[in-house]
Formats: sequence, C-alpha cells, structure tokens
Amino acid sequence: MNSSVVTIEARQAAGQRLRERVFRLATLAAALLVLLLLGGVVLSLVVGAWPALSHFKFSFLTREIWNPVTDQYGALAPIYGTLVTSALALLLAIPVSFGIAIFLTELAPAWLKRPVGVAIELLAAVPSIIYGIWGLFVLAPILQAHVQPALIAWLGPLPVIGKLFQGPPYGIGVLSASFVLAIMVIPFISAVMRDVFETVPDVLKESCYGLGATTWEVIWQVVVPYARTGMIGGVMLGLGRALGETMAVTFVIGNAHRIGSSLLAPGTTISASIANEFAEAVGDLYTSSLVALGAILFLITFTVIAFARYMLMRLERRALSNV
Amino acid sequence: MNRRAIRKALNLLALSLSGLATAIGLFFLGAILWTLIKNGVAGLSPKVFSAMTPPPGSSGGLLNALYGSIVMTLIAILIGGPVGMLAGTYLAEYGRTSRISAVIRFVNDVLLSAPSIIIGLFVYELLVVRMGHFSAIAGAVALAIIAIPVTVRTTEDMLNLVPQGMKDASTAMGAYHWRTITSVVYPAARSGIVTGLLLAIARISGETAPLLFTALNNQFWSTNLLAPMANLPVVIFQFALSPYPNWQQLAWTGALIITVSILILSVTARIVVSRLSPAGRR
Repeated sequence: MNSSVVTIEARQAAGQRLRERVFRLATLAAALLVLLLLGGVVLSLVVGAWPALSHFKFSFLTREIWNPVTDQYGALAPIYGTLVTSALALLLAIPVSFGIAIFLTELAPAWLKRPVGVAIELLAAVPSIIYGIWGLFVLAPILQAHVQPALIAWLGPLPVIGKLFQGPPYGIGVLSASFVLAIMVIPFISAVMRDVFETVPDVLKESCYGLGATTWEVIWQVVVPYARTGMIGGVMLGLGRALGETMAVTFVIGNAHRIGSSLLAPGTTISASIANEFAEAVGDLYTSSLVALGAILFLITFTVIAFARYMLMRLERRALSNV
Repeated sequence: MNRRAIRKALNLLALSLSGLATAIGLFFLGAILWTLIKNGVAGLSPKVFSAMTPPPGSSGGLLNALYGSIVMTLIAILIGGPVGMLAGTYLAEYGRTSRISAVIRFVNDVLLSAPSIIIGLFVYELLVVRMGHFSAIAGAVALAIIAIPVTVRTTEDMLNLVPQGMKDASTAMGAYHWRTITSVVYPAARSGIVTGLLLAIARISGETAPLLFTALNNQFWSTNLLAPMANLPVVIFQFALSPYPNWQQLAWTGALIITVSILILSVTARIVVSRLSPAGRR
C-alpha cells in the first residue's frame, strides 16, 4: 500500500514536470515568434525589393522620376517628402509637447492633472484615418483660405526662405501634411516627456526652489538638463511615428511624385505612395519598386526607433542607479 | 525694471505659454470630435446598421463593413492576444534577466513603433501572394501582428507589478512555476492584462494601412474568410475620397462610429486599471 502511494505521487510529480516544461516551451516559443516576425518582415522586404533594386541599382535612390507607363522608378521624391514632412511636423510639435509636459508635471493642480492627461492620451488613440479626413475636409480649407495666403504675402517676398512659400494656395500639400502630422505626434511626444519629467527627483527641484528660483528657472536649469536624454528619446519616438504615418498623410499631401521647392505644393511620402498605388500596381517592377520604398522606410524608422530606445534605456539605467 | 521683475515676468510668460500649449492640444481633440459629431450624426439611422454599402448615388449602410471589421478584429485578437500574453509571460517570469529577453524586448519595441503599412507589405508577401488573392484572413493576420507587440509589452509590465512575495509564497507551497503563474500571477494581474487586450483592440480596430492590400474591400456581404472582406477603415478611406455625397456621408458616419468605439474602449481600459488594481494606478 505504501509503495502505491509513492508511485501515485511520483506520477503526479512527473505530470507536473511535464506541464512545467510544456508551459515554459510555449512561452519561449511565443517570445521567439516576436523575433521571427521582425526577421520575416526584413526578409520579405528584401526579397520583394530585390527586382527593383537590382534593376535600377543605386539610381533608385537618386532619381526623381516615377513613371508606371515607361516603368521607370526612383525613390527620391517620396524620400524627400517623408523627411521634410516629418521634420516640419517635429518643428511644430516639439514646443507644444514640451509645454503640455511642463503643464502636466509642474503646473496643473492635482484635480486637473488626470483629466487633462487622459484627454491628451485620447488624442493619441484617435485612429490616423480620422486625422486624415479631418485634415482634408476641415484643416486644408482653413489653411487654404486663411493661413497660406498670409504666408505667401508675408514670407513669399523674403530672400531664401521665400522660396518655400511660392505658388498658389492649394490647401493640400506638404505644409498641410506636416500640420496634421504635428497634431498626431503631439500626444506621443508629450506623454514621453511627461513621464521623463516625473523621474526628476523632487530633492533636486526643491533645493533649486530653496535658492529662490522661479518655477521656470527650476524647469530650465534643473528639470530639462536632468531629463535631456529622455526628451530626445521621446522626440525620436515621435519622429518614428511621423515618418511611418500613412493614412493621415495620404489624405492631405496631394500625391504628386515630384520635389517642389515650395512647401505649399503637393508632394508625396513613402507611405502615401505605397497606400495609394500598391493595390493597383501592375507589373513586377512597379510592385517591387513600391516594396523597395517600404524597405527604405523601414530602414529609416528602424534607425530612429533604435536610437530613441537607446536614449530612453540610458535614462532608465540612470534612474535606477540613483535609487 | 529690476532683475527680479524680469525674472518674474519671464516666469509668467513661460508658464502662460505652457498653459497655451495644453489648450492647443485640447482644442484639436475638441475640434476633431466636434467635426465628427457634426458630420456623422446626420447620417446615423437604423439603415446604417442594416444595409450594405451602396453603389454611388443610392442609399445604403455600413453593415458589411461593420461585420468585416468586427470579425477581423476578433480573429486578430484571438491570435495576437494569447501569443502576446505568452511572450510577455516569458519576458516577465522565465527569462526575466536572460540575454535573449533583452533582445526580444528591443525587437518588440521596434515592432511596436514600426509603420503599420510595412506590416501590410509583409503580410501581402507572406499570404496574399501565395494565395493569389486578397482575403479577410490576411487582414486579420496583419492586425494580429500589430496587436502582438502591444500585448507583449502590457503583459510584461503588468506581471512585473505582482509582488514577489506572492510568487514566493506559492513556490514555498511546492507549486511548480507554471502553477504559480497560472494560479497566482495571472489572477493578480488580470485587470492589467485585460486592459492591455482592450488597448490592443482599440489600436487595431482603427488601423487602415495594413488592410489596404490584405483584406482589401468588398462592396457586398461576405462571410468567406478566404475572400476579400469589407471593413470600416478602408470603406471610410474609399468613400471619403469619392466625389459622391452619399458615400462621403457614410464615411463621416463610419468615422464617428469607429472613433466613439475606440474612445470608449480606451476610457474603459483606463477605468479598469484605476479601479481594480491599486498597483496599476499611475
């Protein structure tokens, strides 16, 4: 009798060990799948882009032409549009995001902090296609009727930067796309900045206040220097968003494969080109060129995101070592 | 003006500007919601939920698109949810400090912020090219791939909030690790995990770019997962850019429905976090 109890226990223990192994393997497999996904994305982009890249060689990156009729493709215009819209969007979004983060961490009374914070986060939850149709039907007409004529009248005659504000006010174009992108990335950047500002130890701020500094001086001379790497990380995350954003841009950029010197002219971005043309692309070279655009976009965003994560990781490590 | 007055004035200016920045942010949220309500409510009628997407010029609804969106989102979360939870479990429990976990965390962060249209291209090459045609299942897989990194991240964060003492207590009772995880850690982190899933659903139900060349669109009622399927985001995209007033009206109504659903999901997720688990409160 004693021996049978032992065997039952042994069998139960063996069953437990088996389940342990199965569960552990299942979690490991799921975790490895994440790696596999990224590998699959990279591989499929390289394979899909290969025909176009081997056909056009390096000139794919340097030519502006994009002609499905003669099967000639170059990525310069979309790359230019992607970089310019994202840079302009950041230029508009960074000061606003910084202000929001300051308001949420240093100024807002406790009862206001949560609702305002949640409202800004909800702005991030609104799907990008909503920004797109809002940009097209609400923002673009306003820009066309009021903002762009003023820009043309005031900034157009100036030397150098006047070139950026030439031509008729279309409403849609590079400037409008940047504007919509800016509104989209504000919640992302300000959320990261807020979190980063909250890691600044109170002791540092209080000692600065104790020396008689104003709130602004505490922010500028204590909070910002302390949080600099994290702020850069947050901006880079926002940049990653802006570079890859598709639907919002597709609606308002005008989808013209050319590089206009004016910000008011229609242009295109990598993601907008893919979204507009991919489903209808006929011919292997056409499809492959669009995938090649995707590969370039992935390379750019990967670099930006990796840099952002590195900056934020550095900050996390420092925050840990301070504790 | 003495130095002190200048400093005070500068302070006031900077702080007012930061208040202004917040007002700008809130203004855009209000402006977008107001536009959606103004243009969307006009088209709300029972027909929206009972009729198919119409040809240009005649009246119709969004039934097939709503159905398609719900089906694809459900399949996506049924694939992506468990995979993301298991992977998050590995990162938080088994491989907490291993080197491969650091790599997986980094890769997961990259996937989390990768442009969704790239995921669409990937699934196009993976499924659509092989099957020879667009299909609902390809759309669902693309959405699942977007849901996975979100779930991995929130699951890991939430499991990390479970106090070590609870796990140690379970281990001291002789429980194996899997038993501790399924009977102690998961229940303790349940509300957090549910929040993560809700946020993942909110994220994927508005995604348009990855569906453009995976699920495509379908003007008719279709329940065939192997055929193209209508879905709300792509219908909104197509209808909003069309010159037909009845299509544009449906696009606005669809936009209102999708935004309100997503905002409700996001707010619910936040309430779940703050009500049910004090540990998850921010």
